[in-house]
Parts: sequence; structure tokens; C-alpha cells
Amino acid sequence: MSGLDSLYQQLILEHSKTRSGGDLAKLPAAATGTPGPGQGGTGQSHQLNPICGDEITLRLSLGTDGDGQAVTEIHWDGDGCAISMASASILSEMAPGMSPTSLRHTIDHFRELMRSRGKLEADEELLQDAAALAGVAKYPARVKCAMLAWVAAEDALRQAEAGQGVSQAL
Amino acid sequence: MTMVSTPARGDAQVSALDDDEVRRIRNDFPVLEQEINGKPLVYLDSGATSQNPRSVLEAEQEFYEQRNSAVHRGAHHLAVEATDAFEEARATVARFVGVQDDELIWTANATAGLNLLAYSFSNASVGRAAGDAGRFALKPGDEVLVTEMEHHANLIPWQELCRRTGASLKYIPLDDAGALRLEEAARLMTARTRILAFTHTSNVLGNINPVDVLVRMAREVGALVVLDACQSAPHLPLDFKALDVDFAVFSGHKMLGPTGIGAVYGRSELLNAMPPFLTGGSMITTVTMEEAHYLPAPQRFEAGTQAISQAVALAAAANYLSETGMHRIALREAELGQRLVTGLSAIDGVRVLGPGPGEERTGLAAFDVAGVHAHDVGQYLDDLGIAVRVGHHCAQPLHRRLGLSASTRASTYLYTTSEEVDLLVEAVAQIRPYFGVTAAGATS
Repeated sequence: MSGLDSLYQQLILEHSKTRSGGDLAKLPAAATGTPGPGQGGTGQSHQLNPICGDEITLRLSLGTDGDGQAVTEIHWDGDGCAISMASASILSEMAPGMSPTSLRHTIDHFRELMRSRGKLEADEELLQDAAALAGVAKYPARVKCAMLAWVAAEDALRQAEAGQGVSQAL
Repeated sequence: MTMVSTPARGDAQVSALDDDEVRRIRNDFPVLEQEINGKPLVYLDSGATSQNPRSVLEAEQEFYEQRNSAVHRGAHHLAVEATDAFEEARATVARFVGVQDDELIWTANATAGLNLLAYSFSNASVGRAAGDAGRFALKPGDEVLVTEMEHHANLIPWQELCRRTGASLKYIPLDDAGALRLEEAARLMTARTRILAFTHTSNVLGNINPVDVLVRMAREVGALVVLDACQSAPHLPLDFKALDVDFAVFSGHKMLGPTGIGAVYGRSELLNAMPPFLTGGSMITTVTMEEAHYLPAPQRFEAGTQAISQAVALAAAANYLSETGMHRIALREAELGQRLVTGLSAIDGVRVLGPGPGEERTGLAAFDVAGVHAHDVGQYLDDLGIAVRVGHHCAQPLHRRLGLSASTRASTYLYTTSEEVDLLVEAVAQIRPYFGVTAAGATS
């Protein structure tokens, strides 16, 4: 597979068009950082890459899922290149059901992989479809594109948990 | 229309550089010899920064090896040699743009030049106005007029100047094709207009603005005219005196010179009435613990040790361009610009910004590929060894006006071959199929 084809794998091109979770603009605004139904909270984060103008607004909700807290849903709205849009789509498909700890762990591994300049192997079990983005690591100028949604999710998760903290304090 | 010829070089019968000459020129540019991803480099990003011929690289090295010293101080032999080289460089570059030596101020680049002007006017506005400097002072009710197509460097310094002085910033809007709406310009130009700042040629549209028309409007209302010549100085024969602007700025690295050097042109009587911006060594006559008196221009605006070797190298670049012939370069690039716009416009789903085929355009074309983000377009081209610029090109308001957040820009120079333009056009034609974008939605 050529360098370009490993960057733009079919899975990535498909996600960049289908954009799972990319329906935030159609949803009503939600109160963020405040407790949602049950034990959950919601966080929303806007991230911008000033170099290329890519941007994303991502909303993440936490709820209870049997054993404990888990991501219930991710919705986002964004404008950007195939890599940033596919990355957001993949993340919003894989994150629901994950505990905050597990999501944070996944984000950390993804960031490490992206910054490795191609020297690190993707943990495919952990990253699932996002492992297809491993090729981005060889293109340092594109790493921020791939990271955009993940940075937004990390920030939104923090806010959602802060909301939950408030809930527990009450 | 604004390709004004200088008397010294205004020979009537000049022809465009031809392909054979361009091939010979390329031998002077070592960086162009390399391969990217196993393919010959196709450098179509000269609008961002140009490449350097050997004579420029050698001029800088020769200066450091034989004449390096501080200038305008010290009486030793090297100091004299360095000062001569520095001032000869100024004379060469001044001649290149048709102005007197003492009307050319060295700056780091065009951005620094525009900030120099804005901050000098700012200083005049807070009372640093000796003698005639009151004419540069802005106050509430005054207006600075720019255009909607400006590079951020010719927008933000004026926004900030207005914020500091209470003056208002107005802009000449564009029509849907990206051309200045001159009827609006006429309406906006009033007795309140103190400064008109606009670009000679847009770094996104590749158009050439009607300097003569705008200068005439500004003169009627007594406004000072600032010309951003960053994209014209490298590509068109220029004579700032003939263009009749009060100030102009340009960058060395876009015209075969090194980074870190550029210049401001200002009419002599204006420069000598303006308060300084950066202050310190080398720009004073007498200094007491309480105050300082300043040298006339250009030293008045050149505080601290200057980019001496870069100035020397920029002069070598100006010589290289003059010897090649700016008229011939401009004609050649106009041909390449037409080749670009004609080839790209014919591709399904590709929209070229700015003038259409057959309309006046420099060797630059920014375009949108429907359904494919500019970053992905650039990545696809890079894989083929083709270097272009992607993004908003420091012109967000212009892109917003054209309904885009980003575009892809190809820009030529005197070393660009026709084959390179064709390679780009052929590659762009493959992009929508590669990304699986169907023919639906021809333009976005």
C-alpha cells in the first residue's frame, strides 16, 4: 500500500462521508457540566486548528451502565479534512459504553500513537476502527487533524465528570 | 493595466521567457533539483516563499566570509566595507522599485513594514508629533479604508491602530467574483478617510487591483495611500513613483531573497515627518538622559543592528530579476496563470477563485475542489511531489466572502515550467475520483 493509500484507507474515506455522530447541529442545545438523568453529566467542547481552520464542537454524555458510569452518547458538528472528520466519526461510534477511565486510556494511547512518527504499533484491540488512522502518524502535519475530536472528547469528558461531581455533592 | 514600465526598462518589444530559458534558469536553483517521494519536486508555492538562485546564496556567504562587520559605526576597514555593501544593497533594491535610496527602509518583511507604518501613525496620534507629524495623527471620526481581500498583515495592524486611536476601519467590499466594488470604493472614500491601504495583487485571487483608480480617489479626499506590494514586487515590473503611492511594503523571501529582510518605501517628505517606531541605537543624532533627536530616514526607522547580509543577498536577488527582465517574467507568469486557470476550471467540481480564463491574472490560482477539503487536496499533491499551499492563506475574510473556509493555491515563478503546471492540472483532475466524490454537487 502506498503512503497515501495507507493514510486514506477505505474505512477512513467512508467515515469521512458518513460522519457518525455528526448530527449535533440538529439537536437542541443541552445544559453542560450539569447532572443529566440518573448519575450522568454532559460536557461540550469546541476545538479549532488555527493552521488549517478545521473545527469541531463535540458533546459527550455520561450515564450509568450496570457496573458504573459510562459514555452514553457523543454528538458533534464540524468542518474539516477527511482525516479530522473520519476521526470524529470513528470516535463517536466506539466511545459509547466505555467507562471514563477506559475512554481516557484509549485517548492516551491514540495520542501516543499519533505522536510516534510511525514508530509505535497500534493496539488494535483497544483502538478498534481508529487503528486505521495509524498511518497519520507518518505525516506530522496531519496529526492535529486526527487528534481534533479526541482532544474535544477529553475536554468534554472532564466537564461531564465535573457535572457529576456537582451531582454527588448535592 | 497597472503593469507600469520604468523609463529605464520600458522597452516596447519584450517577449515572455520561453521554456528553454526557464530550463536554463532552473539550473541556478539548487533546491529544485531534488525528488520528493521518488518524484521530481514540482514547486508551486512561490507565493508563500520563493527559492534562491546560487548568486543570492553566494552573496550572503561572500559577505560573511569577506566583509562581515557592523554598519554605520566603527572606523575600521571591515566596517567601511560592510557599510558600503549595505548601502549599495539599499540603492540596488530602491532602483528595482523605482525610488530614491533614502526612501527605502529595511524591515524584517512586509508584515513588519505595515506594523512600522501603523505604529508610527499610532505614535503621531498620541502626541509624538514633531512639526508636520500631526497629519499622521488619527482620532475618533477618522477612517482607515482597506479592502475585503487583504492578507491579515494588511488588516490587523489597521484594526489595532483604529482600536488605539478611536478611528474607524472601513473596507471596500468584493463582488461575487472577488473583484473590488469600485462604486462602493467611491462611496466609502470621504473627507474622513485618512489612510487607504490595499494590496496590489491578491495572494489568493491572483488579480491585479487598479492602483491608478484607487490612488486618484484617495488623492481627491487627501488620504495617504499604503500599497501592499508583497505579491507584486516579485512578479511585476514596479515603479512606486509612477504608481504614485505614498507608502509600499514588500518581502525579500518572496522575490528570490532570504527570509528576514523586506522593505518599506515612503515618500521622503513623509518619512522625515513621521515619528519613529522602534527606537534605540543607530537612529539618533544626540541623546541626553531626558530625550533624543532622530536621524532622517532611512536610519530614523532602522534602530539596532540590521539584517545586513540578508540585505546584501536581497540586492543580489533584485539583480538576478533585473537581468532576467521583470517584463519578461511578468509576461511569462501571465501565460502560466492562464494555463492554470484554464486547465483547472475545465475540471469537473473545481472552482478557481478570482479572475476567469482570459481575464488578467498573475501566475497564481487558488481553487476549491468540491467535496474534498483543501488539506486532503494538498496531501494528494504532495504524494506526487507537487508542493502547493492549503488553508486560508492568511485571508479569512476573503474566503468567508467566497463561501469557503479554505482553498488550495498553486503559484508560479520564473523557474516554473509549463509541464509543471500541466502536471498539477492532471493531478487535480484525479482527486475527486481518488476520494470517491461523485459528480453530484459540482461546486460548493
